[in-house]
Amino acid sequence: MNKDIIICGVGGQGTVLASKILAASAMQEGNTVHSAETIGMAQRGGSVTSHVRIGGEARSPLIPFYSAEIMLAFEPAEAVRNLKYLDKSGVAVVNTAPTKPVTESLSPSGYESAVMTEYLEKKRDCIFVNSREICKPFGSEKFFNIIMLGVAAGSEKLGISKDTLLSQIKKRVPEKFVEANIKAFTAGYEAGQNAGK
Amino acid sequence: MKEYVMGNGAIALGALAAGVNLVAGYPGTPSSEIIETVSKYPHEGVHLEWSVNEKAALEVAVAAAYSGARALVTMKQMGLNVASDPLMSAAYVGVKGGLVIVSADDPGPISSQTEQDTRRYADFCRIPVFDPSTPEEAFAMIGDAFDYSEKYHTPVLFRPTTRVCHAYASIDVPDSFSPVKYEGFIKDSKKWVIFPRLSYINHGKIEERNKEISDDFSAYEFNSVSGGGEKAVITSGVSFSYVGECLKNSSGVKLIRIATAFPFPEKFLLDSLDGVKEILCVEELSPYIEEQVLRIAGKYHLDIKVSGKLDGSVPHNGENSAELSETVINAFLGKSSDTDEADSDMPDLPVRPPVLCAGCPHRASFYAVKQAVKGKKAFFCGDIGCYTLGNAMPLDMVDTCLCMGAGVTMAQGFSYTHDDAVCFGFIGDSTFFASGMTGVVNAVYNEADIIICVLDNSTTAMTGNQPHPGTGLNMMGNFVDKVDIAKVFEGIGVKSVVTVDPLDHSRAVEAVKKAVDESGVRAVIFKSPCIAVSKPQGKCLIDNEKCIKCKKCIREIGCPALVAAENSVVIDSNLCTGCGLCGEICPVGAIGGAKSE
Ligand code: SF4
Ligand code: SF4
Repeated sequence: MNKDIIICGVGGQGTVLASKILAASAMQEGNTVHSAETIGMAQRGGSVTSHVRIGGEARSPLIPFYSAEIMLAFEPAEAVRNLKYLDKSGVAVVNTAPTKPVTESLSPSGYESAVMTEYLEKKRDCIFVNSREICKPFGSEKFFNIIMLGVAAGSEKLGISKDTLLSQIKKRVPEKFVEANIKAFTAGYEAGQNAGK
Repeated sequence: MKEYVMGNGAIALGALAAGVNLVAGYPGTPSSEIIETVSKYPHEGVHLEWSVNEKAALEVAVAAAYSGARALVTMKQMGLNVASDPLMSAAYVGVKGGLVIVSADDPGPISSQTEQDTRRYADFCRIPVFDPSTPEEAFAMIGDAFDYSEKYHTPVLFRPTTRVCHAYASIDVPDSFSPVKYEGFIKDSKKWVIFPRLSYINHGKIEERNKEISDDFSAYEFNSVSGGGEKAVITSGVSFSYVGECLKNSSGVKLIRIATAFPFPEKFLLDSLDGVKEILCVEELSPYIEEQVLRIAGKYHLDIKVSGKLDGSVPHNGENSAELSETVINAFLGKSSDTDEADSDMPDLPVRPPVLCAGCPHRASFYAVKQAVKGKKAFFCGDIGCYTLGNAMPLDMVDTCLCMGAGVTMAQGFSYTHDDAVCFGFIGDSTFFASGMTGVVNAVYNEADIIICVLDNSTTAMTGNQPHPGTGLNMMGNFVDKVDIAKVFEGIGVKSVVTVDPLDHSRAVEAVKKAVDESGVRAVIFKSPCIAVSKPQGKCLIDNEKCIKCKKCIREIGCPALVAAENSVVIDSNLCTGCGLCGEICPVGAIGGAKSE
């Protein structure tokens, strides 16, 4: 399999763990994997992008523009920022709930989520999820990264089996949270299946 | 066993696989994870340390190499400026055991002050340099670097860049490591003591030896050529991956990769250039290879057109990418580039500037100084660390930032040029040990009139919370006596030294005011741990009844946990650490709750 996956969001959303689980799952299924993260000055609240490249053909550590088949965007403005990596026939799984810059109160950015989602819809096939709503039953947005993996898996665009992903999730999250993470994954998976229809 | 590791991890594991005996370095993005990886894998018999700075790290390692042991030194590219003194001399003296210095370059720059090129240091010091393009190569090449170091008795530079250091790949890791056995130091003052005569003799030998290494490198497996045609692209480092990606489906172009920029593999290049009429050099940072190609073309009267950075075909600054490579290669091959997606309708994107974390004690320290000097002329000399972010609004408390340790000494310079200003030098705890202490001696000796503010957060926060001499833990896993910064000041002869908790706002302001009223060299140590290495004290809450929505709390300190919502000001409980600073600012006492919770 040769497949590029771009994952983006802001610091603290758990995108890095999501990319590690994806990479490990693809490897478990026998693929060569490369990945890279761009974190800027590594501050909480900054933009974070992970490039996961599955298959032996990939050479550059970063995905070339318009090459990713799927994008997992944990934040709508970050989806727009990284859209250039997504193939024009690629699919974007996008969280519609915005994370405003941490400096918002000091210098308002005038950023509206709807403007981003409208733009995204015009440019690519999108599956929209709202983290606030989908996370309600969990009482916190802590597991949203796992939900996003579930959505992507449910939409059947990922090319990695549900079971492999689940086994890697079990390996990589603290034991006392395994059950909650499986629930989160399943909730995302169902949402993805419905959206894929 | 296959392991999925970062490029820096691959370097560490490659060094362990090569039987390294000693690893030393100073943290710096993008190199820090090398030493951290060594510490996480079994490394019995290996001496591992975070040194106080890169110069100390290299000197420790040089002695190990004189003993015949294998030594690895790690740093970011600017650290090599600090270590350049021992490096230059060690290049003349030579080594017995393998000595490899990893200096990670940062094209962009992404988290550095300069876009300098370590390959220039190799040329300057006349020592070999290896330039990996992937984590897999880094793993293999670090072993080669040790072998070459021992074969030619010379320190060797190893130059990965950010995208190699931070890329992940799977590496075949040996099941166990064992450090090499070494002979020990054999005294011989004619060999190990650098005197003018030794330098004179060795200088000649080194230039002769470099010809041999150049020939040796001409057969080195990672200097490679593929494809054919009258046009050639020459590249190195991570650019090799980008160019390879672009040329995947092209034919009629030669792709030449230089993995050892110095001593330049001249024979290899000459052979590779057979039939070539035009060359494009695609490399990051300086046009080093391009200059070598021009030199060789001149030396052998080659009728070849060379383009790259020097003729403007490739940008001088910034990092390379698959896209940039494609653009410059298409122009070189006379192909048109796909025009980008028309994104004139792309909405404006919010910028996410880095800021001091919610609850960061540096915010409180800067705010205390700001309050204490209100209405006075004051200069604030910053330094390298998270606290450089104190420059952002609304704090605006960093007027200068130059290099490690310069806060202390630049404040002195300003004190001589501005009698009328209070001159502050800000420095973090790790930076103080790295290069602040000598500046304090300089200030005392030369009678400077300055206030040195040490922002002591008990860690090296910027690079990922490494321990340092003030934390009392070292990389051998031992608890040792902490080096006490206040005692260092006293020992040097600073008469006015006070330690305060910056989160105790009124006391902190008083301490600074008192220092302002004094003269000579004064030190204020703001001591409070980084939020990444301490437990939050609780959460603060805003009493909506009491709050008059003046937003003074937001305007004064810019803590990211303070959020202006519709018709109210709230504290984001996910971010707030209960530091209590905003409570000191609120004019109506609407904020409370922290420490009791
Ligand atoms: S107490 Fe106030 S200043 Fe401190 S972290 Fe919480 S909101 Fe920020
Ligand atoms: S300073 Fe006090 S009164 Fe003013 S907005 Fe902040 S909490 Fe409300």
